[in-house]
Amino acid sequence: MRRYFGRKLLTYGFTFFIAATIDWLIPRLMPGDPVASLIARSGINNQDPAAAAEVVKYYNNLFGLDHPMWQQYINFWTSLLQGDLGRSVFGHGRPVTDSIMSAVPYTLALLLPAILLSYWLGNSFGAIAARRKWLDNSILPVGYVLTSTPYMWLGLMVAFILGINLRWFPIAGGYGFNLEPAFTWLFISDLIGHWFMPFFSLFLVMFGGWAIGMRNMIIYELESDYSRYLEALGAPQRLIRKYAFRNAMLPQITGLALQLGVIVAGALVTEIVFSYPGVGQLVFNAIKSEDYFLLQGIFLFIIVGVLVANFLVDIVYVIVDPRTRVAMSGGKA
Amino acid sequence: MQIGKSRVLALLAVASIVASACSSTAATPTAAAPATQAPVVTAAPVVTPAPSAAPVVDVYPRNQTLYTTGKQWGAPSTWNPLDPNAAMGVVGLQYETLFLYDTFKDTYTPWLALSGSWDSAKTTYTIKTRTGVKWSDGQDFTADDVAFTIGLAKIKALGSNLWTMVSDATATDATTVVVKFSKPAYQEWQQWLYNSPIVPKHVWSGKADENILKTTNENGVGTGAYMYKTHADDRTVWVKNDNWWATAAINLTVGPKYIVDLVNASNNVGLGQVLQGNIDLSNNFLPGIASLVNGGYGITTYYPKAPYMLSGNTAALVPNTQKKPLDDPAFRKALATSINTDDIVNKVYGNIVQASDPTGLLPNFSKYIDTAVTKSLGFSFSTAKAKSMLAAAGYKADKDGMVTNKDGSALKLTLEVPDGWSDWMQAESSIAASAKLAGINIDPQHPTFDTVVADRNRPDSGGTPKFDLIINNDIQIGNTPWTWYDYVFRLPLPNGAGENRNYEGYKNDAAWALVQQLDNTPVEDTATMKSLTSKLQTIQLTDMPVIPLWYNGIWSQVNNTVWTNWPAAGGTSADNLPATWNGYWQMGAILMLTQIKAVAK
Repeated sequence: MRRYFGRKLLTYGFTFFIAATIDWLIPRLMPGDPVASLIARSGINNQDPAAAAEVVKYYNNLFGLDHPMWQQYINFWTSLLQGDLGRSVFGHGRPVTDSIMSAVPYTLALLLPAILLSYWLGNSFGAIAARRKWLDNSILPVGYVLTSTPYMWLGLMVAFILGINLRWFPIAGGYGFNLEPAFTWLFISDLIGHWFMPFFSLFLVMFGGWAIGMRNMIIYELESDYSRYLEALGAPQRLIRKYAFRNAMLPQITGLALQLGVIVAGALVTEIVFSYPGVGQLVFNAIKSEDYFLLQGIFLFIIVGVLVANFLVDIVYVIVDPRTRVAMSGGKA
Repeated sequence: MQIGKSRVLALLAVASIVASACSSTAATPTAAAPATQAPVVTAAPVVTPAPSAAPVVDVYPRNQTLYTTGKQWGAPSTWNPLDPNAAMGVVGLQYETLFLYDTFKDTYTPWLALSGSWDSAKTTYTIKTRTGVKWSDGQDFTADDVAFTIGLAKIKALGSNLWTMVSDATATDATTVVVKFSKPAYQEWQQWLYNSPIVPKHVWSGKADENILKTTNENGVGTGAYMYKTHADDRTVWVKNDNWWATAAINLTVGPKYIVDLVNASNNVGLGQVLQGNIDLSNNFLPGIASLVNGGYGITTYYPKAPYMLSGNTAALVPNTQKKPLDDPAFRKALATSINTDDIVNKVYGNIVQASDPTGLLPNFSKYIDTAVTKSLGFSFSTAKAKSMLAAAGYKADKDGMVTNKDGSALKLTLEVPDGWSDWMQAESSIAASAKLAGINIDPQHPTFDTVVADRNRPDSGGTPKFDLIINNDIQIGNTPWTWYDYVFRLPLPNGAGENRNYEGYKNDAAWALVQQLDNTPVEDTATMKSLTSKLQTIQLTDMPVIPLWYNGIWSQVNNTVWTNWPAAGGTSADNLPATWNGYWQMGAILMLTQIKAVAK
C-alpha cells in the first residue's frame, strides 16, 4: 500500500514540476513586452526619455523581469513555495493570488452543487432509465438534446427567458450592484438569485451527460457475461442490478474526478454569459488582455487541482474497486 | 434509487423551456454573438422597455444612485491618484485638480485654486489656493499640499517631466504657492494644472519615495465630492461627501448619493443593462446605438442625430516612414487620397463618428485650423486622383492594376490593428478595399495587442520598427493642440516603451522646433499659437507623416429612467463632457453630476 502511494506521489510530484515549468515558460515565449503594453494601455507618455526609462524600470522591477531568465526561474519557485503566484500585468501589479482568491468562492459555489447534484440525479436517472422502456424512450432523448446543446446558446436562452423576458433573475454580477456583502437575509437571497441562472443552466447540461453515460453503462453491464451467468444461476434481478450498478459506477467516478479536478478553472462560458465573477471570467479577461502572468497563476492553480483530484480518485478506487486492492498487493485480478 | 414522478415532471418542464427557447431563437439572432467583441445590435428587439425590476429592497436606493460603466477594464486594483491606472473616479470624484477645463469654451475654471497667474517675465507662476476646503479626514487643505504635490513629480517612478521645466515650488503662505520655472513650457504646465490631482501632504509625506505607486490607497483622503465606499472585482462604489467645499463656496451640489461604477462586461450584458435601466451612463462603444436612440428605450446621446457622439480622439493611419515606399511623401499623399473615410463613418460606425479634418485636430480646436492651408494642401477621397498621383510619382501598375515599387518589385503593405477591436477591424478592411481600387495592395492583419505594440515601438537599440501601417488614436481631447503636434513630430525619435509618440519615425527638425515653440507659447497668446499651428499644418499636409481618418467618439449613452438632464447639445448641461474616463471628470463631467436630476416617482 505504501509503495503504491509512494510511487503515485512521486509521479504526481514530477508531473507538477514539469507542468509548472512549462507554465512558467509560456508567458515568456509570447511575442511582445508586457511592460510596453501596460504603458501603452495606460496612455502613459513621457516627453523626457530619461523619465520614460525610469517608468519602464519600475514596472520591470515590479514584475521581476529585471533579472536574467535563470534567476527569474529560481525566483518563481521560491515565491511559489511561499504561496506567491506573481503579479498581474493587467491588474497593474495586483497579486495574482488576490485575483484568484476573490474569484474562487463564486466558482466553487457554482460548480460544486452543479456537478454533484447533476452527478447524483443524472446517474440515478440513467440507471432507472436503463431498465424502464417508457423512460428510455421518452425522457432520455431530452437528455441527448440537453447534452448536445451548444452551451453558449442554452445559457443565452436561459438568460433571455428567465432574466430578460420574465425578469425573475438578474442578468449580471455575483450579487446586486446596489448591495454590499453582509450576513443578512436580503443579501443572501440576492446572492442566490444571481447564482441561480448560471447554476441551473450548468446543471441542465451536465445532467444530460451523466444520465446518458450511466444508462449506456448499465445496459452494457447487464448484457455482460457475469450478469448472464448470475441470471442463469437464478440470482434475483435486484442482486444482478446491484453488481451491474457497481461496475457501471467506475468510469463515472473517473469522469467526476476529471470534472472536480478542473473545477477551479471555472465554467468559462457560463460565467461570461451571466457575467458571473468566477475564475472562468478571470481566465477570459486574462486571455483578452494578454495578461500572461495572471494566466500562468490560474493554470498553476488548475494543475494543482487536477493532480489532487486524480490522487483522490486513486484512493477512492482502492476503496470501491476490490480489483485495485488486489493488484496493489501484487496479486493478479 | 427511486425517482419519483414529480421529478420526471420537473424534467419535462425543463424540456418545455428548452423547446420554447428553440422557437424564439428565430427572432433573436443575438445568441450568435460570442462574448468577445462582436456587435450585438440585433439584441435590441429582445428587450422589453418597461423596467419592472425584481422586488429587491435597495441598500443604495435606486433614485439616489448613479450606475456607470465604461472606464474600468478588469477588476479595480488601485485607488492611488498618482497611478494613471487608478479606478474610475479616483481623480475627479475623490481627488481634485487646481482647475477644470471647459473644452467647449476653451476656458479654465478655478477649482482647488482660486486663481493662477504668471509674473510679467512669465517665469514665475503664482497659485492662490481656495480657503475653506477640507480634506475628508477633516484637516484643512492648504497651499502646502499643492507645493508638496508638485514636489512629488520628482519621484522617478512617476515618470513626470515637470521638474525639467520647474526649478522650485514653495508655499509662501497658507494660500499662496510660488512656482519658479527654468524653461517654462506654458502649454504643458496648463495641462498639468487641470490634470494633476492634489494629494494631502499629511497623508502622503511618509510614502513619498520610489515605492509610492505600491500604495493602493483604498480608503484615501481627498477633497472631492465623493468618498470611497467599497469595491469588489466587478465594481467601485463612491458615496457623496456631504462636506464638499463647492456647496458652500460656489453653490454646487452633486445629485447622486452613491455612484456605482461597474467593470465593463461583455457586449450582450452591457447592452442589456443599459436597456433595462440598470446602468444610467455607459461610456462603452455599443455598436448600432443609433437605432436604439430612436427605439423608445429612453436612451439618449449627446446629439439626437448623427454624429450622436462628441469627438474624443483622432484615429489616424500611421505609416512607417522609414520603409519604402512609405518614406515617399508623394506615396503617402496618394494613399491618403485613396481611402474612403465616409465609407468607414457610414458603414462601420453607422454615423456615430465624424470624418476627421485633414489636419487631425479635434473639432474643439477648429480655431487653430488654417482653412487656407487645408484648402490648398488638404486631401479628400478620390480613387482616380490617387491613381494619377501614384503614376505621377513614378509608381507603375502591373498587369493586375496593382502598383509596384519603383524598382518593379511587388508592393504589399501590412496594416495592423489589435485583435478584438471589432470596429477597427472593420475599418481596416474598408481601408484595404478602397486602397485596392487605387492599386495599393494592403494586407489587413489583426495580431494581439501586445504584438501590435511590439511591432510599432522602435527597438531599444534604435533602428526601424517592424510595422508598415497601423491605426492609432493615442491623443485624447484636451486643452492644447500642442499634444497632437508633439505626437506627430516628436524628436529625437523615441526608442522602446514609454515614449508613445512619433510612431511613424518622421524626422523634420524645422517642424519639431515649431512644436517646441508652440509648447513655450502662453495659452492666452492664441495669435502666436495660430501662426505656429498654421506653419505646422503646411508641413504636415505637404509631407503627410500621418493620415488622420476619423474622430472616435466620446461614447456616451444614457438612460433617462432614473436620472435626467444629461449633457446634450443645446441643453443646460451642454458644456459638460458626459464621460467617466480618466481625465474627463476635470473636463466638466463633475459638473454633469451637479446638473443631472432624479426623476420624481
